[in-house]
Amino acid sequence: MRVERLRHVKVELALHTLRDGPGRALLLLHGLGERTPASVPAELAAWPGPIHGLDFTGHGQSTIPRGGGYTCEVLMGDADTALRHLKQATVVGRGLGAYVALLLAGARPADVRGAILRDGLGLAGGGATPGTATIPFPNPGAGGTPDPFALAELSRDVRPPDYATAFLRQANELSGLERPVSVCAAERPDWLAAVAKEPGTLETPLDEALRHYARV
Amino acid sequence: MVRAPGGDPLSAPLTPEEEAAARFPGARRPDRQRFVSSQGLRLAVSEWGDASAPAILLAHGGFDFAGTFDVFAPLLADAGHRVVSWDQRGHGDSEHAELYSWDADVRDMLAVLDSIRADPLILIGHSKGGAISTHLIQAAPDRVRAFVNLDGIPSHKPPPDVADHERTRLLARELSGWLEHREKAGSKVRRSDTLDGLARRRQRMNPRLSLEWLRYLATVGARKDPDGWRWKIDPALRPGGFGPWRATWSMARFASLPVPLLGLLATESEPMGWDTQPDEVRPYLPTGARVVALPGVGHFVHVEQPRRVADLVLEFLGEVA
Repeated sequence: MRVERLRHVKVELALHTLRDGPGRALLLLHGLGERTPASVPAELAAWPGPIHGLDFTGHGQSTIPRGGGYTCEVLMGDADTALRHLKQATVVGRGLGAYVALLLAGARPADVRGAILRDGLGLAGGGATPGTATIPFPNPGAGGTPDPFALAELSRDVRPPDYATAFLRQANELSGLERPVSVCAAERPDWLAAVAKEPGTLETPLDEALRHYARV
Repeated sequence: MVRAPGGDPLSAPLTPEEEAAARFPGARRPDRQRFVSSQGLRLAVSEWGDASAPAILLAHGGFDFAGTFDVFAPLLADAGHRVVSWDQRGHGDSEHAELYSWDADVRDMLAVLDSIRADPLILIGHSKGGAISTHLIQAAPDRVRAFVNLDGIPSHKPPPDVADHERTRLLARELSGWLEHREKAGSKVRRSDTLDGLARRRQRMNPRLSLEWLRYLATVGARKDPDGWRWKIDPALRPGGFGPWRATWSMARFASLPVPLLGLLATESEPMGWDTQPDEVRPYLPTGARVVALPGVGHFVHVEQPRRVADLVLEFLGEVA
């Protein structure tokens, strides 16, 4: 497995190559507190092209910022850094990575050739509306990744359904794909339930979604 | 060692004109400066006045720095207060951070408050500083005994000085513009200019403030390199942007503030202004709160009319003492 170091403003991100080869890349975005798996997960092995995985800021082999400050928008910038490196990709995200995959599909509709949203840690975030005001001070933990600030901050960020669907609509309008987003998840926080209901979303098993975007 | 008015070692000596610009009527650099670590990030803290006097914490607005209080803070200090302020992460003499967010700014503010060891204290926040103060009071109500909000009361309009917050506009152009900024921000160096050039550029966003004041601000908030002056603020910071937060959520939360509140509102519209109208705010005011609209004053109320604003604040503090 090869690791490339990519710079996103002041953070150094680790982009792992799980499988080399010709064709369009599959880009894996892990869930909250996770890291890129050590090898190609069995359920993604049918993908015909190369497979890469990005460690988000504060996760896996990416660097840990001082004093937190995480937002899903910054993680979208992480994913965009990997996308620019790969030129184009089909993106498959777990949990938090699924939400980021949706944001990226809306922000880079020409280069994201399908986003697959899967179950995983951090899918719900902090819900559809803000809760009681708090100031998260996580326990420093054992050091290393995942950064406790990432766990604290990215589990309470607000994810309004109409914010999520605005990204989906942008992917619909600008990607040229008939079904730019696929939902392959059992858990349905409000934002994902709203996305699943929109035209342009494909609700399908994972293997079907992979086949669908491999043909795009 | 020779130091610039902002405290940095000078890499190039000041010209007589620049020396003159570093003096402004009524402006006084802090009596004490120190640093606080917020989870490993170094924040620059400024203090004016008697260290044993009742404490006031001042929060500056977005793209400003504590030096913007150099006239206002001494007025409060001379009236018998210990006035503390800090440069928010990435601003002024504080370290540039890897990440910036609303939560991080509020947590940094709490680190500064902890370092004062005199709470419950009085909070005064301008613009974005008023908004993060509002959040801090809601999350740590026992740390604050009175709150003055200087033209930072939320309205239906997203505030212009806040990045990645209270914005929902999702134009493709805005998203790609933001991502392109992120792509270049890692290697971006601010453009160098003369002191006067920095002041003139800032005046486009602060058209109601005098060049004399803006030149003074530049002597504090910019540094002189061998090839010219540069603002110290992190070039990765960018006004505007987008995010899931709604201005209306901030408005609704405003009603829950549990401390005596004085809100001052600017009435003159300008680029960095929030344009919050008194009638808009009234339904969201906590019990007993007072909001005063200042006729003929723009967003930087404490810069345009420091004496008048200080008097309103001192009168309010006299009432709630």
